[in-house]
Amino acid sequence: MASLRRRAVPYLLISPTVALIAAFLVYPIGSVAYYSLQNRNLTRPWADGFAGLENFRRMLVEDELFWQSLGFTAKWVVAEIGLQLLLGLALALIVNESFIGRGLARSLVFSPWAVSGVLTTGIWILLYTPGTGVLRFLGQPETAVLGNLDTVFPAVVVTELWRGVPFFAILLLAGLQGIPGELYEAAAVDGAGRVRRFRHVTLPHLRDAIVLATLLRSVWEFNNVDLLYTLTGGGPAQVTTTLPLYVAQRAIDSKDFGYGSALTMAGFVILLFFSLLYLRLSRFGEDR
Amino acid sequence: MSTDVVIRPGRAHVAGDRPHRRPRPKRDRGRVLRLYVPLGLYLVFTLVPFYWMLVFAVRPSGSTTPVPWPITFEHFETVWNDIGYAVFFRNSVIVGVWSLLATTVLAVMGGYALSRFRFRGRTLFMVVLLCTQFIPGAMLLIPLFTIFKTLGLINNLGSLIVADTVFNLPLSVILMSGFIAAVPFTVEEAAMVDGCTRLRAFLAVVLPQLRPGLIAVGSFAFIHTWNNFLFALMFVSRQDSFTIPVGLSYTIGEYSADFGALAAGGVVAAVPVVCVFAVVQRYLVHGISAGAVKG
Repeated sequence: MASLRRRAVPYLLISPTVALIAAFLVYPIGSVAYYSLQNRNLTRPWADGFAGLENFRRMLVEDELFWQSLGFTAKWVVAEIGLQLLLGLALALIVNESFIGRGLARSLVFSPWAVSGVLTTGIWILLYTPGTGVLRFLGQPETAVLGNLDTVFPAVVVTELWRGVPFFAILLLAGLQGIPGELYEAAAVDGAGRVRRFRHVTLPHLRDAIVLATLLRSVWEFNNVDLLYTLTGGGPAQVTTTLPLYVAQRAIDSKDFGYGSALTMAGFVILLFFSLLYLRLSRFGEDR
Repeated sequence: MSTDVVIRPGRAHVAGDRPHRRPRPKRDRGRVLRLYVPLGLYLVFTLVPFYWMLVFAVRPSGSTTPVPWPITFEHFETVWNDIGYAVFFRNSVIVGVWSLLATTVLAVMGGYALSRFRFRGRTLFMVVLLCTQFIPGAMLLIPLFTIFKTLGLINNLGSLIVADTVFNLPLSVILMSGFIAAVPFTVEEAAMVDGCTRLRAFLAVVLPQLRPGLIAVGSFAFIHTWNNFLFALMFVSRQDSFTIPVGLSYTIGEYSADFGALAAGGVVAAVPVVCVFAVVQRYLVHGISAGAVKG
């Protein structure tokens, strides 16, 4: 009796979490799969009903914006993750050194991590809108960078870097602090310079942290809707519309739930495929 | 592991005749180029946008000086009273605090089960928690909207509390299990030998040592909830139920000519998370290592 009660304890403890995840994460995914095979539009309820694969046919064959948003999503994720890795690693290495005021420096450079996507938009609109920006003080002519097809991509990438690099740096700094100091000492005794110590001690030990950080952040940037939704609204001419932003616009603006669900399924499949591929290729967690 | 003591090879042996002075690094110029210049540049990149927002928030409309003086609070009065940030702020606090409490309590329960018991299904539970990290909130707007409509929670802050808690939970449970695993089981066992029940042993012995974990998990939950935009945009359409991010997004859209109001709204949105961040940032790096290494 006592041992039975004892064995039930962990299940009782996790039951609320399991129930919440089942009801608000697992069940919704199942219902997305179901809706994707239905006609379902809140603004045209009379047309609801089974649609078969019609939504998917529409998506793959007729919807140019689907393909365009996929292309931009890839470009967006690759640019953000590549730059965040480089800058985040550099930043983590710098604030891992010991110097006076390090605690303050860490707080300041990490602070944009706590800022929401909408607030980031609010802040950077003040910089980008002609007549308000700092470009004036740099002697640059002011143009509407967010409305211009040539400048909108660098502009949104820089904005997201401002908020994204800190978290990358935090994850990598946590990894850096797990490297035993003796290894550097030993490498220094063996005559290894700064560059060789970085290559042969730091990088191999950081590998799992880097793999995990790039994967988590890629998924996160893929799914990141707040910033683009408020900063550009996916424009100009839909060139900054990612797939999740497209889904969100379908759901919020046009209430076309059936078609939006088909788009969502496509997003799930793509995300799952690339995540598994990446974990496979990077041989995450394997002993070397 | 203390995160602030860093063993620095090749630095410590200079201390001889003048122990009161810090040993001077040998290659000072290299250090400046390698450390302070990039750090300085990065600080400019980080801080100028914040500064710019502050300038707009306290500068009278029409002025263009980069160093505003005297400052004015008229923009704050506008957003707080006229646009309705007083209401948005209250709603955000309600959602943030409830989600913080729910997330922390459930994370302690789940984390305790993960770190103290070897039970059937434990691995599956871990895998499910990790897999949820791949589920985008934006992609679940449609089914969640339908669920909350059925539950009658549309235009109700309850929908935001539930949705934000669910999305905060998985990482919080993993993180908390790392913190609990770091507290030795023997202290708990000793209390139980002394006649405490398991629950009392936990409350009396483990919980006080969990302070950093509780602060880290609670703050993450609060910051994520405070910042969440899409759920609030989708599930709430009445202005008296708006949260700060939704209010701010409308300020961006409607008042795009009134940059003073936009900036002041931004400051209102930033102040709580900046305060929480100031508290949590000491635990941030350590919390992530605890969760990642021991999870």
